[in-house]
Amino acid sequence: MSGKHIADDSLQPESFEFSAESEAKITTILAKYPEPRKASAVMPLLDLAQRQHDNWIPMAAIDVIAARLGMARIRVLEVATFYTMYNLEPVGAWYLQACTTTPCWLRGSNEMMRAIKDTLGLDNHQRTEDGRFTLLEVECLGACCNAPILQVNDDFYEDLDYDSTVSLIESLKKGEAPSVGSVKGRQGSMSKDGPTSLVSLKDKDGVPAWFQDQAASVGGDD
Amino acid sequence: MPKLTVDGVEVEVPAGSTLLQACEAAGAEVPRFCYHDRLSIAGNCRMCLVEVEKAPKPVASCAFPAGDGQVVHTKSELARKAQKGTMEFLLINHPLDCPICDQGGECDLQDQAMGYGYHSTRYTENKRAVADKHMGPLVKTIMTRCIHCTRCVRFSTEIAGVTDMGMLNRGENAEITTYLEKALDSELSANVIDLCPVGALTSKPYAFVARPWELKKTETVDVMDAVGSNIRVDARGSEVLRVLPRLHEDINEEWISDKTRYACDGLKRQRLDRPYVRGADGKLKPASWDQAFATIASNVKEVSGKQMAAIAGDMVDAESMFALKSLMTALGSPNTDCRQDGTKLQAGARAGYIFNTTIAGIERADALLIVGSNPRWEAALVNARIRKTWMRKPIKIGVVGERLDLTYDYDYLGAGPQTLAEIASGEHAFTQVLKDAKAPMLIVGQGALSRADGEAVLATCQAIAEQTGMVYDESRTETPGEDGAEPTVTVTPAWNGFNVLHTAAARVAGLDLGFVPGEGGKDVEAILKAAKSGGVKFLYLLAADEIEAKAFPNCFVVYQGHHGDIGAQAADVVLPGAAYTEKDGLYVNTEGRVQLGVGAAFPPGEARADWKILRALSNVLGQTLPYDTLEDLRMALNKAHPVFTGLDVTESADWSAFVEMSLTDGKMDDTVPFASPIENFYMTDPISRSSATMAACTEDFVVPKRKAAAS
Ligand code: SF4
Ligand code: FES
Ligand code: FES
Repeated sequence: MSGKHIADDSLQPESFEFSAESEAKITTILAKYPEPRKASAVMPLLDLAQRQHDNWIPMAAIDVIAARLGMARIRVLEVATFYTMYNLEPVGAWYLQACTTTPCWLRGSNEMMRAIKDTLGLDNHQRTEDGRFTLLEVECLGACCNAPILQVNDDFYEDLDYDSTVSLIESLKKGEAPSVGSVKGRQGSMSKDGPTSLVSLKDKDGVPAWFQDQAASVGGDD
Repeated sequence: MPKLTVDGVEVEVPAGSTLLQACEAAGAEVPRFCYHDRLSIAGNCRMCLVEVEKAPKPVASCAFPAGDGQVVHTKSELARKAQKGTMEFLLINHPLDCPICDQGGECDLQDQAMGYGYHSTRYTENKRAVADKHMGPLVKTIMTRCIHCTRCVRFSTEIAGVTDMGMLNRGENAEITTYLEKALDSELSANVIDLCPVGALTSKPYAFVARPWELKKTETVDVMDAVGSNIRVDARGSEVLRVLPRLHEDINEEWISDKTRYACDGLKRQRLDRPYVRGADGKLKPASWDQAFATIASNVKEVSGKQMAAIAGDMVDAESMFALKSLMTALGSPNTDCRQDGTKLQAGARAGYIFNTTIAGIERADALLIVGSNPRWEAALVNARIRKTWMRKPIKIGVVGERLDLTYDYDYLGAGPQTLAEIASGEHAFTQVLKDAKAPMLIVGQGALSRADGEAVLATCQAIAEQTGMVYDESRTETPGEDGAEPTVTVTPAWNGFNVLHTAAARVAGLDLGFVPGEGGKDVEAILKAAKSGGVKFLYLLAADEIEAKAFPNCFVVYQGHHGDIGAQAADVVLPGAAYTEKDGLYVNTEGRVQLGVGAAFPPGEARADWKILRALSNVLGQTLPYDTLEDLRMALNKAHPVFTGLDVTESADWSAFVEMSLTDGKMDDTVPFASPIENFYMTDPISRSSATMAACTEDFVVPKRKAAAS
């Protein structure tokens, strides 16, 4: 393992500027913090810069953000290198973040990784030669109940195994993103064989009788 | 005031103390790496774990507030186990390279691993390796050794005021670096070497030079500026290998500037190690002491006292100046001056030429006016003290002079005399700031005082001090207590906010002992002019290296000093003297504090301590000085000038004497803005000009800025 790699000078743009769209968001973000505490906005601003700039943050943007928030440049860079979510060098248009933390590993993330290696030839931190895919191993993505998880850009694909990972990647290669969520078609985090708990409370329509009266007043669950 | 028990000892500590401070107060030793009492608390090394009864787990004592009734154990089984465990973790990735590490023998990790570690490792996996970082010509990095205490980061951010250091990445991948691996552009940068508890940051010029136990350590004072930083000089044989800071709370705390630390390699180059006499062909030729003295004697014979003159340099000890002054007086010459830069300060009223507030006193100030000075370069540690004050409490700072990065925020008031005149007349808004302040102060630098109109500047500064209440005596105010209770008395201690910031280590002593023109005598400017025109026929330069080095065809010049620098080039006879590390002597810093310098090595070759040379010469000239030992000389000095009696004290100087002194009522020259006399912090005197390290620093830090300014 090594620290985060910062793109070489040859790849760094001369300058960076927030787009008008980002500027509008910055105004909202800054409004959340009192003026002397505006450094708190460093994380959302880094995120904005990354979204605006092909999913990676150039050093010029670090300077811009530092000046904007009255911080030392090194403080901004510290934050940008601390979190895996920030990229400091170009990544592929399909940016894969594979979870290999214990729950995902117990549920077969090794197989998922093997599929990625077999289809794309990628190990951790690598980018394909055509530049379209980048792989990063990450820690728990917070969706363990549907482990293992592969995050593609902003979306989660769940319940992967070797074969489903291969077919997911094949469609990504074609430029198609299959519908997100469980590849096994389970609903939410429900057991893959359908509901296993609270079943006795259900009537024929799948709604507990006692709930019907309350639903309107209390509002549904999430 | 919480009361607690540490290892069975009951202690009471000030409210707000940490547990670690309480443990120290109780005499218990707690191991630590990241904690440093002059830096903010990080609490990230976990080495200071102790057991606190009723706490669920061991606590990091450096970051835990001391509370009433706590029962603390620093040596219990639990505490020991926690400390040993932390040490084991720290050593997981620390290389076992002590035999080739420069920190060896003075390494906190080494020492504490002996005291608080297991005897052997249980770790067999690979250790991590970290690429070394470039941090400039002074700091060598071996980053695999870093234990991420972040002391260096906190020092540079908090004390040095240069926020370019930081820790990138995290966890096992964490690395200390500077932004884009640029060298740390601070005059105090090398202090991180002392702070680093391991061998990650070590001294580049001193790399692989010596082991600490080989060195003879001498406690002395620095003369690279007028701060009088307390230092320790480490020498092996007659070679000075390094200079380290020594704690002095009232002067340098525990820091020193990079010049103080690293100019010492200049002590080995360009040295005068034997006398020289200029031959008939105009070239300096090696000579014996007798020949040199004889040449001087034969040239002095025909010259009357009035035609003789002496100039003392910026690093000379007080005793030598006193000896030379006595000799010149005996020869009948009133033409003596120690103010090489032509500063218009006058001897006599001490309050008018010292840093009255004292360096530690800056922390009491709540308003500060800086006039014609760049304290960052003229006195880096005075600047650090200003920054410290600025960090800790509200203080309004105004600057008249150059607009520079001083590491703290200030109001830029103006460039020159006009602004100063406005402040004096009350037209300027800053006058009110000074008036409203409880402890206002003013610092005037040599850049403003060594101009032709320097005396007018001094008079204006004096007027500002008078008008804004910068000087007052102790006062007591009584608030009557209610219902017959005792009245409360608040005492405001005396305050003098008028400060002259010197750049030359010898200057205050020179003024104290009156190394200035006597009755009808010439000052530096007049001496040099007369030397050129023939009015002065015999000129004695006592380590005076900042004068114009043109030859004086009609004047016989003797140079006594330690480096073949500017002064020696103009001389007809060169007498090799001793540098500050090679002789005992008294120095008076800008605060007027007398300190004792102690020789750490012998002068090279035939060079001798300066007072001895003067004593021997006086004998040859038939005006034998009445002292045979340095003690005799010091006694005579003390008798003539009692200020030299008290060592390491700052006595308040009589302000009224300065007010009564007649200063010019001439006008300041509006057309010329104030500028600092120092163009390059790293090269200000013969020693630093000869230093290869200082040359490298100039190359790295000063030259690029000059280029940028020029384009
Ligand atoms: S380099 Fe030294 S001072 Fe800096 S974090 Fe590492 S161990 Fe601490
Ligand atoms: S472990 Fe993979 S999502 Fe939690
Ligand atoms: S000294 Fe307490 S955590 Fe480092």
